[in-house]
Amino acid sequence: MSYAREDAGAPPSLFPDYGSTRTRAPLQPPLRVPQTRTETTGPAGWDRLMGPSLADLTTQHGGVPQGQRIIVTGRVLDEDGRAVPDTVMEIWQANAAGRYIHGKDQWDAPHDPNFTGAGRVVTDAEGRYRFVTVRPGAYPWGNHRNAWRPAHIHLSLLGPAFATRLVTQLYFPDDPLIEIDPIANAVPMPYRQRMVARFDMDVTEPNWALGYRFDVVLKGREQTPFEEDDHDH
Amino acid sequence: MTIDVADRRPEPRVDNQDPALFGQTPSQTVGPFFHYGLPWKGGADLVGQSDMGARPELFPEAHYVLNQSSPTGTPVGAVIELTGRVLDGQGAPVPDAMIEIWQADAAGRYAGEPGSDPHFVGFGRAATAEDGSYRFRTILPGAIGAGHAPHVALSVFGRGLIKRLATRLYFDGQAGNEADPVLSAVPVERRATLIATASGDGVWTLDIALQGERETVFFDL
Ligand SMILES: [Fe+2]
Repeated sequence: MSYAREDAGAPPSLFPDYGSTRTRAPLQPPLRVPQTRTETTGPAGWDRLMGPSLADLTTQHGGVPQGQRIIVTGRVLDEDGRAVPDTVMEIWQANAAGRYIHGKDQWDAPHDPNFTGAGRVVTDAEGRYRFVTVRPGAYPWGNHRNAWRPAHIHLSLLGPAFATRLVTQLYFPDDPLIEIDPIANAVPMPYRQRMVARFDMDVTEPNWALGYRFDVVLKGREQTPFEEDDHDH
Repeated sequence: MTIDVADRRPEPRVDNQDPALFGQTPSQTVGPFFHYGLPWKGGADLVGQSDMGARPELFPEAHYVLNQSSPTGTPVGAVIELTGRVLDGQGAPVPDAMIEIWQADAAGRYAGEPGSDPHFVGFGRAATAEDGSYRFRTILPGAIGAGHAPHVALSVFGRGLIKRLATRLYFDGQAGNEADPVLSAVPVERRATLIATASGDGVWTLDIALQGERETVFFDL
């Protein structure tokens, strides 16, 4: 058993419009190696690692955070459409004004004492997850003159194996900054749109919060000529 | 026939839910501000109860919502430290990277496999310090089977890294390095970029060069 390699939607490591990649992206092509149990196994037991689930980012402090309350829900699947159960998704984001709680974020938009912007959820048996947060604001960054990141939520997933590790960003529909953002643009069209959540009235709750749907698709399992039989276990 | 106003829905966009686009979710960078969201206190200590791995000085204490330690019990095996620096293409340290490790226990079994050490999680996470350094406390992994050399799988994340970079750390002088199916797939002249060197007291050092002359070999998994 091994896991699929990346598909046509994968971005390159070097994308010069995103300036930091110029001195940080490897210039050698990645080396294709056989997958062993190292790549096809992965950690579990989230409470022992990151800590228990933290699915409501709006109730972590004494008061209610500023901004538009939203629900984000969906499924974690593999690329064959199979649910990925009991896997952790870690979440972090800026507040409604586009400010991170991080000390190195120098933008002068206000902090919100009632909002940290970090959480984590674990998928159920059908791969479903759900969290509540506020919609993050766009924020400026130093990549080029008048550069602004589209509003986004950072997502981190381990999936079932070392090979399925994924960190991505969730974007919001109809955000005009997406099409000129060098980080989102590292992903070629039409695959870039895989990172754009769908506004969904069936997730939206009356008099409470707007709802967005976002599925995360991890690499699938495949039989390949690289497969290595390991008779020791 | 008209649809009741409460049942109207916006037209579907070309987006995450479009069946025609179904496929792997693309990777994006962790950016520079992940420290309050990912590296927890103790994430880099797979043996004891220290708070290695986190950078809590980078944000207010009231906003630390991650785990407080890695509760492991005491795993079987020789305690070692893995350390080194993450360097960019100009040799400058990378202070906003994050390393993860995944490794077998002392008997060569991964957590979750039958007979694996119940006190060993096998997974760790460390943010790099201002000088680009990372540090893990763990145990020396056993070989995962005949013909395999002991190794630790590494993932590298950071600002400027659009994708996770996957590599391995091997141990200089270990039996089996020559025959290992992954290490032997690496061109001879680049193998040293994966082999940590011992500096006594169980400390193993391996720098990770993201780019440049001694660029670390990264894998297409
Ligand atoms: Fe961000």
